[in-house]
Amino acid sequence: MNAVDIADLHVALDSTPILLGIDLTVGTGEWVTVIGPNGAGKSTLLRAVGGLLTFGGSISLLGTGAERIRRRDRARLVAIVPQTPVVPPGMAVLDYVLLGRTPYIRPLGRESRSDLAAVDDVLRRLDLVRFADRALETLSGGERQRAFLARALAQGAPLLLLDEPTSALDIGHQQEVLDLVDELRTDRGLTVLATMHDLSLAGEYADRMVLLAAGRVVATGPPRDVLTEKLLSEHYGARVRVIDGENGPLVVPVRSSA
Amino acid sequence: MVRDQQARITPRSARSSAAPRSARSNAAPRSAQSNATPRSARSNAAPRSARLKARWLAVGVAAVAIAAVAGLAFGPVALNPFGVAAELLNLIPGVDIHSGLTEREAAIVISLRLPRVVLGLLVGAMLALAGGCFQGVFRNPLADPYLLGVAAGAGLGATAAVALGASSSIEGGGSGSGLVPAFAFAGALVAVALTFGLGASGGRVRTPATLILAGVAVSAFLTAIQTYILQRNVETIREVYSWLLGRLSTNGWREVVLLLPYVAVTAVVVLAHRRELDVLSVGDDEAASLGLHPQRSRYLLVAAASLGTAAAVAVSGLIGFVGIIVPHTIRLMAGSSYRVILPLSMLFGAAFLSLADLLARTILTPSEIPIGVVTAFLGAPFFVLVLRTAKRVGL
Repeated sequence: MNAVDIADLHVALDSTPILLGIDLTVGTGEWVTVIGPNGAGKSTLLRAVGGLLTFGGSISLLGTGAERIRRRDRARLVAIVPQTPVVPPGMAVLDYVLLGRTPYIRPLGRESRSDLAAVDDVLRRLDLVRFADRALETLSGGERQRAFLARALAQGAPLLLLDEPTSALDIGHQQEVLDLVDELRTDRGLTVLATMHDLSLAGEYADRMVLLAAGRVVATGPPRDVLTEKLLSEHYGARVRVIDGENGPLVVPVRSSA
Repeated sequence: MVRDQQARITPRSARSSAAPRSARSNAAPRSAQSNATPRSARSNAAPRSARLKARWLAVGVAAVAIAAVAGLAFGPVALNPFGVAAELLNLIPGVDIHSGLTEREAAIVISLRLPRVVLGLLVGAMLALAGGCFQGVFRNPLADPYLLGVAAGAGLGATAAVALGASSSIEGGGSGSGLVPAFAFAGALVAVALTFGLGASGGRVRTPATLILAGVAVSAFLTAIQTYILQRNVETIREVYSWLLGRLSTNGWREVVLLLPYVAVTAVVVLAHRRELDVLSVGDDEAASLGLHPQRSRYLLVAAASLGTAAAVAVSGLIGFVGIIVPHTIRLMAGSSYRVILPLSMLFGAAFLSLADLLARTILTPSEIPIGVVTAFLGAPFFVLVLRTAKRVGL
């Protein structure tokens, strides 16, 4: 059974068509990264899978049609880390991560012991215990990204959607966060669907990549098949050299010789 | 270090569970803090738990009790506060304490002052709760209970009632005043309904801001009509203004009985959603991805809070400041979770308004100062004080 099955997905925002018939499958336990130039529809695709948009076509999550999954149940299946999550002023990291337990808490209820245990577990796993009482807004970028991730993990969802998880981080923290996601994927058997801008980094972690351009899938496959000079120059309008690296192709931008 | 971290996290979970605190969970945080770096020890000194602490709840209940007894004891005839407290306890069936008050004094406390004090408590609780609720729903620290046109609608209703009474009644304005609460309530509800209608017709862009803007438009529209009516009936200005500035006056238990069901419904609805308001603070998208229906919750909460506010305004006029200052003061002192802010706002709002009413009716006896003047006069400096001294800001 696939984690995500997308067939002929159409999305329009403000009656502007953004996605024009996307077909995509993400196998259980797979890490698929969506790349593409600005405005290609990467975030929109993620939001549609997360159930935050109305769409045409079909999306199935773990074999069930997304439209038949109740919102609360979906929150137990899919967790999203948006590109720039809202940081509620004055909220402690512990309380922020506890929000991730919302789909398990009865509408008028409060956190149970098992919710707190799940959060303790996540905080420990992401090395956030010492920040538990700190206000989220006082954390550094890398620590914050871990807190966002922690909230998503607290949802206990098998499918993790990451929208540009590294865009606000320096190169060391980028690797740290992605290593962490990869470990978690193995530990917890998660499926990861991410969007990323840094192509080399994306290629090193993804099992499979999807190149999106102008609302369509123009290439899909292992990083070596997608990160080619031809495809990148065609769809990004970029001048790049692609060098064969240890864990995947390395994309290096070059200045035009002219 | 790992053991430290474990110790740090254990007491939190232990504390929040129903189980009594064990000796271990009591001792753990202290040892953990002494081992931690000084900086984190300092920030741990006041952990911001999202759960309401019993200590704050006790302080709130005490504040309400003190405000109530003070409101009953002081006035044109000053009574012994302990006697008043005893007399209050005597209201509980089966309790019979010798209060030391004469029968006449006891009658002043129970029949004359008690309804007004209870009304003050209810209105204060309602306005502060509604204010806190609006701030959460709109994620806007400037939101107050009158945001969606309740004030303008009620103002128009009251003005119309006074003007109508003045022109139709030959004996004088007396009959018009009796209509004020009903007209104000109707006006407030119509205004909120208009705001909702306009906000919903915003089409595809239905954000919280749309609703606020609709409120602004409706307020301006209704205020214009009100100003026009006022200008055509200049002789009613005095009466209308005295209403606009807020006034707690009672005719036996009538107002309390009118207000009580609305306060009860609003309090139940809003307090039941206090955790959801915390989730809404991460924004609609993320709240939806956590399994909530933010739009639905928002409309329900705003409708409940507006209904309660309309009822409060109908019996007390437009009392400003309570709805915005009380929740913020709580936020600064006790934490930014709505699970803390909402219940405490009710308690402290009740106490605050009751005390403000005491001052409003005693400072210049026998005349009364409009209570809205007192709330702002006391509230503003106090709030500045809190802003300057509070360690956590995060508005």
